[in-house]
Amino acid sequence: MTLSAAENPLFEFLLRQGDNALVLGHRTSEWCGVAPVLEEDIALANMALDLIGQTQLWLGYAGEVEGAGRTADDLAFLREVYDYRNLLMLEVPNGDFGRTQMRQFLFDAFQVPWLTRLQDSTNTRVAEIAAKCLKEALYHLDRSSHTVIALGDGTEESNRRMSDALTFLWPYSGEVFKVDATDHAMAEAGVAPLPSDLHSVWLETVERVLTEACLTLPEGTFAQSGGRTGFRHTEHLGHMLAVMQTLQRSYPGAAW
Amino acid sequence: MPVTEAQIWNWLEGVPDPEIPVISVVDLGVIRDVSVSGNAATVTVTPTYSGCPAMAVIAMDIETALAANGVENLQIQTRIAPPWTTDWLSEKARSRLEEFGIAPPQPAGGPTRCPHCKSDQLEKISQFGSTPCKAQWRCQSCLEPFDYFKCI
Repeated sequence: MTLSAAENPLFEFLLRQGDNALVLGHRTSEWCGVAPVLEEDIALANMALDLIGQTQLWLGYAGEVEGAGRTADDLAFLREVYDYRNLLMLEVPNGDFGRTQMRQFLFDAFQVPWLTRLQDSTNTRVAEIAAKCLKEALYHLDRSSHTVIALGDGTEESNRRMSDALTFLWPYSGEVFKVDATDHAMAEAGVAPLPSDLHSVWLETVERVLTEACLTLPEGTFAQSGGRTGFRHTEHLGHMLAVMQTLQRSYPGAAW
Repeated sequence: MPVTEAQIWNWLEGVPDPEIPVISVVDLGVIRDVSVSGNAATVTVTPTYSGCPAMAVIAMDIETALAANGVENLQIQTRIAPPWTTDWLSEKARSRLEEFGIAPPQPAGGPTRCPHCKSDQLEKISQFGSTPCKAQWRCQSCLEPFDYFKCI
């Protein structure tokens, strides 16, 4: 019997970190072989690889904390849609290349200050994993912000596409700042800051980059939510998992 | 006769990085510790990038190399803290990389010169390259593209 989020908030917290990396990593890997140019294809595949590596660290530790003998692979490949704790923004389909880059940027702009703070976690393992992931996240942010600027401040068409991407993604971008009991439990234990504490630093980065990218910061503050609590995912996650988990579902226990 | 830690370090010097075979895993800075207790040896390895697929091959190569030298009771541990940094690349590794056509990492964030013709007229092609640890650059003098070992 799995403990509920209230009974084991650390497990819940670790799933959120791991599932964000896993779902974005898988989405990013969908570009492999079909990106607009070879360099971007390689870059996206490498970013996906970083994210899947980070997933192994977070979900590996989640499995230990759960204490039910589940490995990172078990958690990745044998859970159902409603057991996932990723942000909705990361599970929606990639859209075009511009939307993929915009999503990456909105995520990276949060991950960098978030992982920076997690390095000071009272939980040593969390601090160590964060320090490892931060190095990669910094590189991702550098790249995604440059790409957003290049496309936003590019041609009429690229600017329009980036503007559309922002309009589409914006209502999802606020989910991470909606805190719940798990976040409060982690903050009280000194494991993590409240994500909402990072809203202003995130917004500052987003505003600076969007301005340079000749894009307008959307005004809306409504945020879609439910992904990180597992309350409600979009219809898209199930389709994604059907592809991602097909091997373990068809051939249970298959190994390399 | 039981093996010594120095012997193991020596044997590890002979284990090449699977992606960049001109440098050893010791030169790469991923071997964090070697300890011997009786007939059992423990080698502690740190990943370069968290998702680098070469890490599994490195662990297997270490096991094979040490087994060939009679170390049968071997444990390979993974340690992620402190996180790997290119500062741990040995001086020898840096010059070997350049001879191999890969510009070594620089704190400034980009290569200082073309590994082929040594020109400093360079341009970045992509922030990522053939492996997670590399980026793609091109020399504007000899026009050769080359890998740059990212500085982290």
